[in-house]
Amino acid sequence: MTEPFFELRGVKKHYRGKSTFAERILAAAGRGAPPRTLRAVDGVDLTVTRGEVLGLVGESGCGKSTLARIATGILKPSSGEVVYDRQPVAALKGKERLDFLLKVQMIFQDPYASLNPRMRVSRIVGEALSVHRLLPKNEIDAAVDKALTEVGLDLAYRDRYPHQFSGGQRQRIGIARALVVKPDFLVCDEPVSALDVSIQAQVINLFMDVRERYGLTYLFVSHDLGIVRHISDRVAIMYLGRIVEIGSAAAIFAEPAHPYSAALIKASPSATRRKHQFQPLTGELPSPLAPPSGCPFHPRCDRAMSVCREVRPVLTEIAPGRSAACHLHTSPESA
Amino acid sequence: MTAPLLEVRGLKTVFHALDGAWPAVDGVDLVVRRGEVLGLVGESGSGKSVTGFSLVQLIDAPGEVIAGDVLFNGEDLRLASGERLRSLRGDRIAMIFQDPLMTLNPVLSIGEQMCEAILEHRDCSRQDALNAAAKALSRVGISSPETRLKQFPHEFSGGMRQRVAIATALLNEPDLIIADEPTTALDVTIQSQILYEVQKLSRESGTAILWITHDLAVVAELADRVAVMYAGRIVETGPVDDILDHPLHPYTLGLLNSSAATINPGERLKQIDGAAPRIDSRPSGCPFRPRCERVLPSCAEEDPMPQIRGERIFRCHNPVPHGEAS
Repeated sequence: MTEPFFELRGVKKHYRGKSTFAERILAAAGRGAPPRTLRAVDGVDLTVTRGEVLGLVGESGCGKSTLARIATGILKPSSGEVVYDRQPVAALKGKERLDFLLKVQMIFQDPYASLNPRMRVSRIVGEALSVHRLLPKNEIDAAVDKALTEVGLDLAYRDRYPHQFSGGQRQRIGIARALVVKPDFLVCDEPVSALDVSIQAQVINLFMDVRERYGLTYLFVSHDLGIVRHISDRVAIMYLGRIVEIGSAAAIFAEPAHPYSAALIKASPSATRRKHQFQPLTGELPSPLAPPSGCPFHPRCDRAMSVCREVRPVLTEIAPGRSAACHLHTSPESA
Repeated sequence: MTAPLLEVRGLKTVFHALDGAWPAVDGVDLVVRRGEVLGLVGESGSGKSVTGFSLVQLIDAPGEVIAGDVLFNGEDLRLASGERLRSLRGDRIAMIFQDPLMTLNPVLSIGEQMCEAILEHRDCSRQDALNAAAKALSRVGISSPETRLKQFPHEFSGGMRQRVAIATALLNEPDLIIADEPTTALDVTIQSQILYEVQKLSRESGTAILWITHDLAVVAELADRVAVMYAGRIVETGPVDDILDHPLHPYTLGLLNSSAATINPGERLKQIDGAAPRIDSRPSGCPFRPRCERVLPSCAEEDPMPQIRGERIFRCHNPVPHGEAS
């Protein structure tokens, strides 16, 4: 069961900034600066094996949501390849492309914005089935009821509108909508961040139940390290559009290899620590429009060396199944 | 222990609607001592923010504080005049809100806004005020404060804006800061920077802090004492170690168990079933009763009154026995 099931190969997503009138004139006169490019995702290689939960962690603006959207096919990468079940997704056409889009489902962060307020729950959940004619009309109701029961929603609610539900219940509707088309791969973008703690636990448990029942594979994007540690088999940590460390969740949380992973873990609060002496990581996430030279983390890193300012470290295997992009693990200076 | 800086007794805030007056805060008692950090924890709709606003009399219609005493340095703020309240707010009592983009004026420079907070309460020159503002900015870790003072809120990132809000709160060295979810919208590394500043402040200048949050983990690391709120009332309060290691109220225990940190990765989280009751349909007796695992017949009949056990106060007919905190 360790066949690569879903792969991102050198995926990049760049956005061109709009140039101003003055910039266009200067460019026409041959004196302009090159157009500004925002590198939201800047060369990501990622493999997800069938049945695993891969947690994707990073701060706001690191590109994790963009990567999730590329994985589901909502966004097209600027370059690089998305490979699903050994087939490059960009080459899929017609029925095959539809199959991919249905097998890979997304759960969104905001359960208020991701459900159409003018549709009843039964139609929200059943829409894909009827639009794509996956089931004959007379079987759709039964399939919708089954999905709603599965996520723990009372069937008496099937004809209500989204505004009549709480945040936790809406997230369950979103999960039912994804499950009804029998997906293999769920991409979850911050699926519990908008929920209260006691409701978060209910939804996390639901994710783990349906995973077991259907052998689903997850890409679980979150900024909450506590939840990622709990649910993930492997974890990837992103910084400024790149993966800086990837490995088994247990190994990374026990002994982070990249200084950024270590800083994140240290900064993340835990109910088991008391009267903690907070030690701030200096500085903020740099603008992705003007990333620092060399290693993008070096201005905030307390172990930065001279090489870090000049050479960008590449993601290198440092132990079996464990990679990090840091000169501490590759450069001879680190000894 | 020193005399309390803030003492709240029986605070009740209702919201008037066509079909009645619904209590968002339903008889809250709180004590904040000088130099201490009190964490007020609760989920959405528990009344924790309304409590914070009620303390400084910032409740607007259709809301109304209808009962209780709010004693600040022995003075009842509910009886204070509007003028007296204005002289206290921003001077002796400062507030920090969740969303700094909403609390900073977008068309005034940061320096202008910070000066206003000083000149309102102190008799000094504009230049002195600007110097004080620059000092406050560097205190919260903002570099080149003189340049930053000339900038406008949109030129700051979210974390920087929140630091400006905190620096503004510090300007007049208040006795009490009421902070309503100030780090909820921020990344963990920025949150950690701000918590570091807050800790330093409370230690160095003896400022008392009421830290309102939904995040038990932040409270665990920051607070001296904790008050847990549910459905408009405080169900349990006491020193942070006691509350988190040996919760007495089943709701506190449920909150702790819901967090992924208390359990081995991959195991099922112990969830609290159901959802918090809406303000207009709270059950009779104990409001937590329908979700409680330790419910007794008496819970439906009789509202549990606050009971005192050492430094702790709790409201429960069937508290969690010692040693069952897992």
